Amino acid sequence: MKEENNNKDPHDRHPMLEQLSQLWKNKPAIAGLIIIVTFILAAIFAPWISPHDPLEVSLYDQIKPPVWHETGAWKNILGTDDLGRDTLSRIIWGSRVSLQVALFAVGLAFAIGTFLGAVAGYFKGKLDSAIMRIMDMILAFPYLLLAIVVVAYLGPSLENAMMAIAITYVPRFARIVRGSVLEEAEKDYVMAEHALGAKNRRIIFLAILPNCLGPLIVLTTLSMASAILDSAALSFLGLGAQPPIPEWGAMIARSRGLILRASWVMTFPGVAILLAVLGFNLFGDGLRDALDPRLRD
Amino acid sequence: MLSYIIRRILILIPTLLGVSIIVFLMLRLTPGDPAELLLGERATEEALFEVREHLGLNEPLHVQYGLFLQRLSQGDLGETIFTRQKVWIEIKQRFPATIELSLLALVISCCLGIFLGIVSATKQYSIFDYASMVGALVGVSMPIFWLGLIFMIIFSLNLGWLPISGRLSVHIDLEVITNFYILDSILTQNWAALKDTLWHIIMPAVTLSTIPTAIVARMTRSAMLDVLRQDYIKTAKAKGLSSFKVTYKHALRNALIPVVTTIGLQFGVMLGGAILTETIFAWPGVGKWMYHGIEQRDYMVIQGGTLFIATIFVLINLVVDVLYAVVNPRISVQ
Repeated sequence: MKEENNNKDPHDRHPMLEQLSQLWKNKPAIAGLIIIVTFILAAIFAPWISPHDPLEVSLYDQIKPPVWHETGAWKNILGTDDLGRDTLSRIIWGSRVSLQVALFAVGLAFAIGTFLGAVAGYFKGKLDSAIMRIMDMILAFPYLLLAIVVVAYLGPSLENAMMAIAITYVPRFARIVRGSVLEEAEKDYVMAEHALGAKNRRIIFLAILPNCLGPLIVLTTLSMASAILDSAALSFLGLGAQPPIPEWGAMIARSRGLILRASWVMTFPGVAILLAVLGFNLFGDGLRDALDPRLRD
Repeated sequence: MLSYIIRRILILIPTLLGVSIIVFLMLRLTPGDPAELLLGERATEEALFEVREHLGLNEPLHVQYGLFLQRLSQGDLGETIFTRQKVWIEIKQRFPATIELSLLALVISCCLGIFLGIVSATKQYSIFDYASMVGALVGVSMPIFWLGLIFMIIFSLNLGWLPISGRLSVHIDLEVITNFYILDSILTQNWAALKDTLWHIIMPAVTLSTIPTAIVARMTRSAMLDVLRQDYIKTAKAKGLSSFKVTYKHALRNALIPVVTTIGLQFGVMLGGAILTETIFAWPGVGKWMYHGIEQRDYMVIQGGTLFIATIFVLINLVVDVLYAVVNPRISVQ
């Protein structure tokens, strides 16, 4: 009898380790990761590293320029806004707000989207059609419009913005999971599980989903990037964070009136948004290259 | 392929219905009494009663929806709460401005994006490639409302080259025919107006085009790279065709297929993002009108504007899908 040969070299590492080591060598991706970690640390340690209270109004210190201007001082490194609040502190605390909103929105979309996509892809038929029709209805709205409408009607608040953004992200997750599940469901190991009498739920969660993980992780990271942008946009329109919450987009909106006298109030929050989003995009791109080069689209 | 197109057009109807359902439900699902929301807290009982009658708020939901659809089909989008103007008329006045801006931004992102993508692909790993892709990544990561303000600071306030906002300077007289100012100034041969218009539109258009340019550039680059790797390209080169011909005639035609879809989609995205850009540059389009509607909680404005923009978006997607089917012969097999 011929011996079963798996054609596996005992020196091969687990495929996931291979992919991760590839990621490690990707310098832009690692740069992105460093940026992300910096913002996360800033968010967590905000109360300790922030030089001032972000909400503290100080009418003596109104519209002070950053430290490198002639009239600037080290007391307010990045200057103050029209209410004398320190810009640097508000940016640091703002990372807390932005990251929380992005995390919750993406997390919610991930949970709902994955569930819907798995159900649609696994059970197919009418359920699949119904779920995909709803996804299409959401996708019929361009970019922010649906989120804007939802928040405008529900009332402007950070929580509503979070939910609105989550709703608009659900289709992305649903589609990817559905695609993966459709593909995997045809495979032998699934049929084997069926034959063994495993319950559907078990098959989906334990067998199929782990194989969709790659694209899902990439999508999650890149969605964090867009969620930060979208929540900033909503706050800019007055639909997200309400004053006095220090949110980067809201800060930019407030400072429009100061654009002539104090352009720095508007510049730094924007740079913060840019860096945070860039970080997630860089890391997400790197993940995508490492986990599935086919996804380059 | 014709059957695909017909099928695709038929899907349009349920999609548009879905959009109208969502917009319809929005007002009804808002916490609070819709009539009070529309009229404000100080409305009289008679006024509230009238609105309730008019909207059929006492009827079951599906009757209300039927009423809603009926009015829609007659072009009746209601009246704005604060200015009591017909919503449809307000939109009609403003949408040329939005379309003009979006179209120009689209043209810019098309030309620039495709150009950058092609050069990056043909000179892969060069400084140009690296710089373009970094630029594209940064472009995609930027909040456009911030970018617009930065441009304003640099080009209007500091350098004084470009006007800070609006569509036309106060002192310029333009005979408005189509409400597309660029077109109108050319038609009436009003060259001062043409220059003024272009000067006003260039900053918002470039701002709006930043993200689409970045996306198109990346898309083009990756599509070109995929195509350039194909065997038939090697064959063409082996046949002795010049590099230029190979790139532009053979590779580009196939690479552009997915790019066309992307460009079409970006136009839709631009419409959605119009609210942000128009607000910053005080561009008198549908976006800025909707922004004020949001500020003032004018739900009729929000409803009308959303319906309008979403409908155009759905139509654009349809055109893009059909175009894609026409351009990509492989689709017809489905």
